[in-house]
Amino acid sequence: MFFTYLRRELRRRRKAALVVASGLALGIALVIVVSSVSSGMEKAQGKVLQSLYGLGTDMTVTKAAQAQSSTGERPRFRFDARGSDSDEEQSSDRVMVQGFQTLATSTVSKVAGQQGVADAVGGLSLQVIKVSGQFRRGEFQQDQNGGTSQRGGQGGPPQGTVEGGGADFDVNNYSVYGTDVTKPELGPLTSSKVTKGRTFTSSEANARVVVADASYAKEKKLALGDKVTVKGVKYKVIGIATPESGDAAANLYIPLKQAQTLSDSKNKVTTIYVKASDSQQIDAVKSTIRKNIPGTTVTTSADLADTVSGSLSTASDLASNVGKWLSIAVLVAAFLVAGLLTSSAVSRRVREFGTLKALGWKSGRVTRQVVGEAVVNGLVGGALGIALGLAGAYAVTAVSPTLQAELGSTGGGPMSGPGGMGGGPGREAAGKALEVALTAPVAVGTIVLAVGLAVAGGLIAGAFGGWRASRLRPADALRRVE
Amino acid sequence: MYELRGVTKRYKRGKETVDALDGIDLTIGDGDRLVIQGPTGGGKSTLLQMLGGLDRPTSGSVTLDGTDLAKLSESKLTRVRSENIGFVFQSFNLIPTLTAQENVETALVPLKLKVRERRERAAAALESVGLAERSGHLPAELSGGQQQRVAIARALVKRPKVLLADEPTGNLDESMRDEIMEVLETMWKEHGLTFIMVTHDSAIARKAPRLATIRKGRITVKENVSS
Repeated sequence: MFFTYLRRELRRRRKAALVVASGLALGIALVIVVSSVSSGMEKAQGKVLQSLYGLGTDMTVTKAAQAQSSTGERPRFRFDARGSDSDEEQSSDRVMVQGFQTLATSTVSKVAGQQGVADAVGGLSLQVIKVSGQFRRGEFQQDQNGGTSQRGGQGGPPQGTVEGGGADFDVNNYSVYGTDVTKPELGPLTSSKVTKGRTFTSSEANARVVVADASYAKEKKLALGDKVTVKGVKYKVIGIATPESGDAAANLYIPLKQAQTLSDSKNKVTTIYVKASDSQQIDAVKSTIRKNIPGTTVTTSADLADTVSGSLSTASDLASNVGKWLSIAVLVAAFLVAGLLTSSAVSRRVREFGTLKALGWKSGRVTRQVVGEAVVNGLVGGALGIALGLAGAYAVTAVSPTLQAELGSTGGGPMSGPGGMGGGPGREAAGKALEVALTAPVAVGTIVLAVGLAVAGGLIAGAFGGWRASRLRPADALRRVE
Repeated sequence: MYELRGVTKRYKRGKETVDALDGIDLTIGDGDRLVIQGPTGGGKSTLLQMLGGLDRPTSGSVTLDGTDLAKLSESKLTRVRSENIGFVFQSFNLIPTLTAQENVETALVPLKLKVRERRERAAAALESVGLAERSGHLPAELSGGQQQRVAIARALVKRPKVLLADEPTGNLDESMRDEIMEVLETMWKEHGLTFIMVTHDSAIARKAPRLATIRKGRITVKENVSS
């Protein structure tokens, strides 16, 4: 009887039921779209952070770079001039530690030993500048009244001009990252995926092997098995790595020991990648490291996320603020409308409920009937809302609007300036812009939330109507309509 | 058996207090048939509601088979209504979305019978009022007389001791009125009910064995020996 009565009643009042269900559907759809877009924002932000940090890294430990003196660390290249008929090419490269002051490798063990730290590995970020080309002397041309042309000249100073000669040099600037090959699950290479060949094995701690970034390999036409020369040392390409998103941490990855040798930085690292035992305790671990290892800068992904600006940040703020409040406002309005319409429907059914009470129906049974109708109405609204919300989320994913994330470019956040975030070369001081496609993944939890809201909407509406129905005295109900 | 002693019902209308019933004393035996008459606003329907346990007196007692309905809790009063009292209303008061069969079944819902028994009893009740073939029709698909017969079947399906009818022919034309009165009288005789009916219709009142008249909340009862 309960379901028959409920079904017929909803069918009779289908217009009102549709209004209530539509209101709830709109609110629920908004909740789903906003939640999924927010989730997509988080995912996009995660991608941005991952491109800097790599997978599995909860924080990095670095030491701020010292201000460079005018002569200090700047690379100098010296070339001797060759004869004008010489085709000999000269080449010189400089390997420099990039961005940060180095930390002793013992700091890595010290960080790893801190409470709450699951693992820590060191990385050495290098910048290589290679200058290669030809440098020829000029040829002296004596004036016509001075006789023959000759080189150098002897006796009295000849009259004439130097012609020809000069320099033709190519500058190749690229980054190299020294990676701890014994812990491949942490470190700079985790922001990329090895798409060709293989990654390092733990036995290659000091091997002359290199993993090249895909873009760099394409630019330099590098293939597996090719040799790359860095400061006169030849490395065999064993793998090609493609970044998961954004830019790669470096152009080339080599074993840490090799990087230390190349840059004369024995037992030094620039960045320590840290994985916390409990992702909920990252702030506590950060404090512990800062307290126990003074002079270091600890940057967590949350710090990094704070420095994200650009359309990604704007959209994220919109989703979390405007979207959230809009959803709440629509839901509250929908709940109120549902409640008032249900209450009004009870008013129109006073005689009906009075009769049922006269027949011996308890108030509870009448109330259950009203609440049941409202809950089914809510569930219909929920189903419509879920369908609408899924369609909205699908549309966002299908369109995939591109969002731009700018990291640390404003100079105010922990990313910017010396001592900022230590992801990879070229990203510590300057701002970094990445483009990410927005998706709107709908989590199971969101659907559960939607169903919960639908039931809650129904119950709230039912409570309005049920309260009125339960207070109805049969004599009053019948008297009012007779 | 009903025993009403000093039943008074007062309503407040703004600042005024109205005595709808003013110290009613009345005894109605088992199987009696009582017709209540009186002018509009005289207190007829209020008295019927007291008898049906739909309302409580301001003072006095309404005893049904030794139980004072005025003192029962709401849930016990609901139980008395569900088991012992059948109602027939002037406007039929059928649930518009339920079929004739389902409307009759609503009276059995509080008795918590098995679905099958509920259906069988409802079908039998409809058959007894001559509407077996219309059991699947909605009230809107039935004539006024048919709707009132469904209401009578609904009142009687639970086999009550008392049948209370509030102007059951008030919304019907003359031929329908006779038809419904015939059904009600047959049921009263067959089931041995206590049958109390409020009516404006003098023709019906004249045939009643006991006629109560209520004016300004006071009652006078007349035995009609000829009927």
